Amino acid sequence: MAVLLIAEITDGELAMDATAKAVTAAKQLGDVTVLAAGATAAAAGEAASKIDGVSKVLVAEDVTLGHRLAEPTAALIVSLAGDYEHIVAPATTDAKNVLPRVAALLDVMVISDASGVVDGNTFERPIYAGNAVQTVKSTDAKKVVTFRTSTFDTAGEGGSAPVESISAADNPGLSEWVEDKVAESDRPELTSAGVVVSGGRGVGSEDDFRLIEKLADKLGAAVGASRAAVDSGYAPNDWQIGQTGKVVAPDLYIAVGISGAIQHLAGMKDSKIIVAINKDEEAPIFQVADFGLVADLFDAVPELVEKIG
Amino acid sequence: MKVLVPVKRVIDYNVKVRVKADGSGVDLANVKMSMNPFDEISVEQAIRLKEAGQADEVVVVSIGVKQSQETLRTALAMGADRAILVVATDDVHNDIEPLTVAKILKGIVDEEQPGLVLCGKQAIDNDMNATGQMLAALMGWSQATFASEVAIEGDKAKVTREVDGGLQTIEVTMPTVVTVDLRLNEPRYASLPNIMKAKKKPLDEKTPGDYGVEVANRLEILKTEEPAERAAGIKVGSVDELVEKLKEAGAV
Repeated sequence: MAVLLIAEITDGELAMDATAKAVTAAKQLGDVTVLAAGATAAAAGEAASKIDGVSKVLVAEDVTLGHRLAEPTAALIVSLAGDYEHIVAPATTDAKNVLPRVAALLDVMVISDASGVVDGNTFERPIYAGNAVQTVKSTDAKKVVTFRTSTFDTAGEGGSAPVESISAADNPGLSEWVEDKVAESDRPELTSAGVVVSGGRGVGSEDDFRLIEKLADKLGAAVGASRAAVDSGYAPNDWQIGQTGKVVAPDLYIAVGISGAIQHLAGMKDSKIIVAINKDEEAPIFQVADFGLVADLFDAVPELVEKIG
Repeated sequence: MKVLVPVKRVIDYNVKVRVKADGSGVDLANVKMSMNPFDEISVEQAIRLKEAGQADEVVVVSIGVKQSQETLRTALAMGADRAILVVATDDVHNDIEPLTVAKILKGIVDEEQPGLVLCGKQAIDNDMNATGQMLAALMGWSQATFASEVAIEGDKAKVTREVDGGLQTIEVTMPTVVTVDLRLNEPRYASLPNIMKAKKKPLDEKTPGDYGVEVANRLEILKTEEPAERAAGIKVGSVDELVEKLKEAGAV
């Protein structure tokens, strides 16, 4: 029973948190082989070999695998699939792009965003924006699964798996990378941060969003946003938390000026402690908040910045 | 160029779903249903391509229960030219899996020969985010997922995608499958005259058998449960009290 796990790699660097959480999920299924694919992937493969529970690392370095375009990456994974019963990855945008393509090429279903492993064929996954949890049993010979990383612990380091070089599959040549516009951030990465401070429509403007950032910096937190804040241009879209944005489950989530729509709750309601600051005491966010403060955020947030720590 | 737009009838996004007590699924009887929000965005994009002279026909397709024709009429009222309904089940609770949907869509694509398929990035009921990618795979076509900008230039499309760290622009060879993200456009409302006119637009009814596809689920649903409830929280009276509570909880 072997598992092929697609490592999350950006610009040659391993996304350790996402990959290590997926390893925790994957090692319940069998021996984990990690595939590090990219234009440069050797260093990422080396880093992955140290994750506890990884038994082997395959490194596929090829210019066609740069930026992990779906077509050549899926072709590579399919070329390796014969040896594995499970093909898995953390549920990042990279994996959501590639794994359904892999599944269809193998004529199997994909199990998206699995939040729990029951056994080798049976998985739990949230549906309806996280308002229901479904347990599904796959009847497919091969299981293609993406794991919702926020529900799994990070696997430790200390392993020393052998690393093997492999070659890329033929590139179907259907797509080309043009450019990346990467949002610059010195703050912790949103999906792995221990503390997240999020702002919504109530913040009112891009300038006032600095208030949210100030509180985040005081707490060493990542900054998140609701769809309303992103659509209004207060915050970049990759800060969006929710059903269609990122799913987070930090130790502490502070929602400021966010009403708490179903779609936003889908992305944060597994946080350990939720704090809501909102001037509308009827806001649905108070139904999931452990600590709620009914107050004007423009008074409460500066006071909070001053009094914390 | 013809544009094919798959649309799905799903529970309205504002409805708080109820899980059935026997664990058999979500209760969809007498619940408001609407077009999947992402699909409204793909219909809008297809119509804009037509208005810009880049598309000459917009065909919408839906697969599921017979009532999905309401969803197709909505798309026709927005500006689509004609519709195909594939009746694949008579029970609203039977959600056809993305792999099956992709196979039926492949049958339609083979027949209709569109230059572009515009899908929503995910359906808000099963939250799978897979059908577009699966269709591209079955066709052997390129794919551009989570699109926030689409520019068609001859036999290529330049698509900006919403990815984890920001935005990524790629160029794909046509024909292609594009899945759309929330920020691609603002869908229009259908006007009353257009709703009336839509009733006269052609709507073909088909079955999965017409495309040689058997509807069978690969994933057996063992149970559907409510997510774990959160313990009730408290309201604090001041920032001081909030800080104190957070310190007690060891959160700051």
